[in-house]
Amino acid sequence: MSSWAIIQQSLPMFTKGFELTLWLSFIGIIGSIIVGLIVSLLQYFKVPVLHQIASVYVEISRNTPLLIQLFFLYYAFPVIGIKFGAELCGIIGLVFLGGSYMAEGFTGGFNGVSKGQLESGKAIGLSRWQLARYIVFPQGFSLSVPAMAANVIFLIKETSIFTVIAIPELTNTALDLIGLYYRSNEYLFVLVIGYAIILIPLSIILTLLEKRVRYGSFGN
Amino acid sequence: MAEQILQVEHLEKYYQKKHVLHDINFHVDKGEVVTLLGPSGSGKSTLIRCLNGLEAYQQGTITFEGKKIEPTEKNWQQIRQKIGMVFQSYDLFPNLTVMDNILLGPTKVQKQDKFAAKKEGLDLLARVGLEDYANAYPRQLSGGQKQRVAIVRALALHPDFMLFDEVTASLDPEMVRGILNIIQDLADVDHMTMIVVTHEMNFAQQIADRVIFLEDGHILEQTPSKQFFSAPQTKRAQEFLDSMDF
Amino acid sequence: MDHSGISVLFEGTNFQRLLGGLWVTVRIAAVALIIGLILGVILGVLRTFKNRPLRIILRLYLEFFRVVPTVVLLFLFYYILPREMNFNLPGDQLATLVFALWVAAEMSDIVRGALISVPQHQKESGKAIGLNRYQLYRYVLIPQAISLEIPATINLATRVIKTTSLLLLISVMDVINIGQQIIEANNHTHPTGVFWVYGLIFLFYFLIDYPLSWWAKRLEKKRLERANG
Repeated sequence: MSSWAIIQQSLPMFTKGFELTLWLSFIGIIGSIIVGLIVSLLQYFKVPVLHQIASVYVEISRNTPLLIQLFFLYYAFPVIGIKFGAELCGIIGLVFLGGSYMAEGFTGGFNGVSKGQLESGKAIGLSRWQLARYIVFPQGFSLSVPAMAANVIFLIKETSIFTVIAIPELTNTALDLIGLYYRSNEYLFVLVIGYAIILIPLSIILTLLEKRVRYGSFGN
Repeated sequence: MAEQILQVEHLEKYYQKKHVLHDINFHVDKGEVVTLLGPSGSGKSTLIRCLNGLEAYQQGTITFEGKKIEPTEKNWQQIRQKIGMVFQSYDLFPNLTVMDNILLGPTKVQKQDKFAAKKEGLDLLARVGLEDYANAYPRQLSGGQKQRVAIVRALALHPDFMLFDEVTASLDPEMVRGILNIIQDLADVDHMTMIVVTHEMNFAQQIADRVIFLEDGHILEQTPSKQFFSAPQTKRAQEFLDSMDF
Repeated sequence: MDHSGISVLFEGTNFQRLLGGLWVTVRIAAVALIIGLILGVILGVLRTFKNRPLRIILRLYLEFFRVVPTVVLLFLFYYILPREMNFNLPGDQLATLVFALWVAAEMSDIVRGALISVPQHQKESGKAIGLNRYQLYRYVLIPQAISLEIPATINLATRVIKTTSLLLLISVMDVINIGQQIIEANNHTHPTGVFWVYGLIFLFYFLIDYPLSWWAKRLEKKRLERANG
């Protein structure tokens, strides 16, 4: 069979894998943003006890690989009686990982608000909460946009690791097909194209965002 | 007549469409001190940056020590060893100690003997009162001290000609005098040829043999210092002097 | 049988075997980092030159390694090198090569970013004392860029270490692979062994990466304090 025919034949399977990658990424990213937001707020307001817990979470999440986090969820948790399906494991793992990255992104944005802004806020008598509400958060969120975008790209790529717990996303689909038909070139080609379709536009957006923030910061 | 060390003829400089230097013609004699005066944005810094190739110019010629400069980067690297320059923002290399800042040019560019260069570096540092700071890093120095080191760094290459670009403009007022004294000393003792861009009118008057007055990229007049400060030839120069409070 | 799961870690040579696997992991990460950093500095410097075709090629190289997930990169090399180029490498060397090329790509961006953020005046002062381009990079720009880029480089190292967890996929006998073997061999006698083995591997990764991240954070904080003070 010609390479082209092989590729055409595999497209329906790849489309499924592609959709699953997109779907899991989407849920995982939304979850990560929510967790990240909560964690960064706990840290910003230094909520007693909870902010220490949040810091421990961030360090554990950032300093261990997703693969071993997934193995733990998928293989180790069942022996102590906690059992999830593979896809749910994937999403939990991705949110566990992504939450800390998003939190660092938000925190970086909050910290990036200039001292002059804070002092002018204090000088007109704003309370701590008002300072956060009117100055730190609005400016901090827009400063954290490039980090968020970078995290989105990172998390989408990380979904490729889901293959280790046999979630039939894009990478898993390709590896399965290679195992079945031994046509690695064709399937790897489709695989790379699949990721490129998702990630190249995001990468371009990220570059533009970084430029915008860099120019924007001259305004201050 | 004194020997000319630098001639600039019909120099034109554009930034994209903007014409920033118009038909610049002047010369500098050996041992002469020229100050370049003019309102901000008149092109003074741009002009002296052309003289050591930090800015490209589109037309005209610069002749230094009798040789017309072909403006290639390679040639400029040679010329820059002869034409020292000190900047407004000192720009010591923060990754190197004071002594290594001074030695970089002599040992790496000119391949001078390190031992001798170091000895000379120490002498120069002593001359500007910083002999105890040879092993300090730039961040440990005050602005005035940094600027003195920057002058030593330029002198260590044995230049025949010095360019000073607003070297006191970022300094605290109490530091300015020290720097100006060093430049004055270079003129009086070493008979160094130099072009000084400055806003310190008293200093300009005191050190300059000749004043070149620049506005909007045109040289409006070149006048011996005494005459310029008492009775400039152009109305614009008179207005400029009146606007400067000194 | 009623064995406590944790004892599986210390039975026979299990613990030594896990440490041996960890050494394979660390060695691959270390060699890949060293090669990748050197290559990355060179590529980063080249990316600051004016030569447009060169810059575009290097940018494409970076984007390729950025866009393609590392798992996929591993499989690309794993399948394509031997079949298409008749170039057979053992799994650990193949992984080292892939990681090194990936590190070089990321590093080239870090180095370029640091080089272009060295103030323009520094470049001019260097030129003003007659430095040529090589000397300018060697004595002025690169040393200053390095101090800017150290935290990012340490963070890159932590990423490489985490990414070594993928070695399992191309059958390298790394710490996770050995862990799986131990779990399977002891599944009947120690049903909860899986918890402890993966727990220990989790801890290994944390113990290597946490100090590095902590160090990077501290350096970055110091640098910012110095820049603001």
